[in-house]
Amino acid sequence: MTIDLKTVKHISKLSRISIEEEKAKKLSNDLNSIFEFIEKLNELDTSKTEPLTSIAETTLKLRKDKIETKNIREDILKNSPDKNKDFFVVPKVVE
Amino acid sequence: MSEITNFKLCDLVDKIKKKKLSSKEITEAFINRSKKSTKLNSYISDNFDDAINRAKEFDSKPNLNKKIPGIPMAVKDLFCTKNLRTTAGSKILENFIPTYESTVTQNILDHGGIIIGKLNCDEFAMGSSNETSYYGNVQNPISENLVPGGSSGGSSSALAAKLTPATIGTDTGGSIRQPASFTGTVGLKPTYGSCSRYGIVAFASSLDQAGPMTHDVKDCALLLEVMSSYDVKDSTSVDFVRGNYLNDLSDNIKGKKIGIPKEYRVDGMPKEIEKLWEKGIKIIKDNGGDVIDISLPNTNYALPAYYIVAPAEASSNLARYDGVKYGFRSKGENLIDMYEKTRSEGFGDEVKRRIMIGTYVLSSGYYDAYYLKAQKVRRLIKNDFDEAYKKVDAILTPSTPSSAFKIGEKLNDPVSMYLNDIFTVPINLAGLPAISLPAGHDKNGFPLGLQVIGKAFDEQTILNIAYSIEKNIGYKNNINDWWIK
Repeated sequence: MTIDLKTVKHISKLSRISIEEEKAKKLSNDLNSIFEFIEKLNELDTSKTEPLTSIAETTLKLRKDKIETKNIREDILKNSPDKNKDFFVVPKVVE
Repeated sequence: MSEITNFKLCDLVDKIKKKKLSSKEITEAFINRSKKSTKLNSYISDNFDDAINRAKEFDSKPNLNKKIPGIPMAVKDLFCTKNLRTTAGSKILENFIPTYESTVTQNILDHGGIIIGKLNCDEFAMGSSNETSYYGNVQNPISENLVPGGSSGGSSSALAAKLTPATIGTDTGGSIRQPASFTGTVGLKPTYGSCSRYGIVAFASSLDQAGPMTHDVKDCALLLEVMSSYDVKDSTSVDFVRGNYLNDLSDNIKGKKIGIPKEYRVDGMPKEIEKLWEKGIKIIKDNGGDVIDISLPNTNYALPAYYIVAPAEASSNLARYDGVKYGFRSKGENLIDMYEKTRSEGFGDEVKRRIMIGTYVLSSGYYDAYYLKAQKVRRLIKNDFDEAYKKVDAILTPSTPSSAFKIGEKLNDPVSMYLNDIFTVPINLAGLPAISLPAGHDKNGFPLGLQVIGKAFDEQTILNIAYSIEKNIGYKNNINDWWIK
C-alpha cells in the first residue's frame, strides 16, 4: 500500500496538525518507508491469537471517591497561554 | 575539590554518612563541573541556586537515615518537577512550570536527594540519538560529535561526564538502556508497574517505565530502591513487595540458568559485539551459571509491532497539547485553525511523524489491520518470553546492534534510526525488567553494552547477574574531558 499526498493531508486533518505542501511530500515518503517496514507483520498468522491490551492484565483497583486536591483553580490556570479570571480563553467558537 | 565528582553514588552516600563530606561540598562540586561543561548541552534547565540552598539546609540538620542523604542529582526533563520548568524536550512545553511533583522525583526528594537540574532528551522521548530535542543536540563525552543515544541522551551524557553522580531516565523502547550502552554506563528498565508513571510526560502509556542510570550496578540497585514504589495515582502501578536490592546484591550466580536467544545474532552485527557476548557467556559459566540456548522466534516482529503500538498511544496522549490549558499557542483565525497551527509549530518533525502514524493506524478502516494486529503480535512476543522462562532464570543479549554513531548520520533515515532499538524493544512489549551494563569497546574505542533480561518483578536476579559480569569483565570508561577548555 502507499500513502499518497491526499492521505497525508487527510491524516494531518485528523491529527489537527497543519502541514505545508513541500513538507507533505517528504512526509509521504517517510511514512511509506515506515509502513513498508511495518507490513512485515502480515507474515504472521494471528487468526487464533488474542490481542494483548495491557501487560498488567488485572482488574483496576477501586479507591474511595474522596477529594484529595482542593482549591487548585489557580494552579490549573497558571500555565494557560490565555486566560480571563477563572476561564481559559479560546478563539470565538459560536457565530 | 574536583575529585569529588569522581565518586560514585554509594561512595558519596558513605562519605556523607561518615561526615567526611557535606552536602554543600558535593552539590557545589557537581554544579561547578556542570557549569564548565555547557558544550555537552546535557542540561535544558538548571536549579543550581535552589540546590545549593537545599544542600545548606540539609547540612544544618542532616538526616543520615535517608537512602541518598543530601545527594545532588540532575534528572531527565520528562519528569514534572514542582515550580521547576519541565519541557519534555519540546517547544510546545517551553514555558511549562508544573504545579505538582512526579512520584519518582518526589521519592528522590523524600529519600534526601537534591535536584540540581533537568536534562536534555529527545522531544517527548521520541528518538534514539537526542537529535529530536528542540533544545539541541547533546554531545557524548566519549568523543566529540558522537550521539549519546536517546531518548535519555542528556541523562547518559551528564552521567558519563560526571555532572551528576547518578540520574534517572525513562524507557519506552530502549531509551535508558541504549544511551547507557552508548556512554559506558549502567541503565535499568524496571518491570512495567514498578516505578510510578504519575507526573511523567506520557509517550506510550502501556510501555513507559522510569529507571535508574548509574556508574555501576551497586549504585543502580540503590537508586532503584529509591525510585520504585506502589502509587495509587498510577492505575498501572503494581502493589508487590519491593526488594532490598542493594542489601541483597550478590555476585553469586551459581546454578542460575541463563538463556542465549539465537534470534539476537543479527546480520551485519559487528564482530566485537559477538565477541563481547561470548565473553559474557564465559564469565557466567566460570561463575557457576548454567548457559542454555533458547529461542524467541518472534523477535523480528517486535520492532514493526512497536512502531504501531507506540505511535498509536502517543497520538492519543499528545492530543492534550491544544494550546488552551498549558503550553505554546499560535494565533489562528478560529479554534480549529488555532489547534492546527499550534501543533504544527509546537511539535518537531519526528513527533509529528509519530502522531500521524498513530492517527492513521487508529483511523476508521485501518484499526484491525494495524493496531489490533500489532496487539496480537505483542501477545506472541510475550508468549515467547513466557516459554523461555520455563527453562531459564534470565536472558543475556547485547544491548544494541552497534556502538554510538556520529551526530547527523542517521537523521534522514527514520527506519535505520528505529533499528537501533531492535534488542531493547521486545522487553518493553513484554513488560519485563532489563539492565544494560558496559562490557567493552569497539575498534574506535566506543563503549558497547550487554543486556540482562529478567522475569517480571525479578530485578534482583538481573542485578546479581550484571554484578557478577561487571566484577569480571574489567570495563573502564576512557574520558579525557575534551569539552572542558
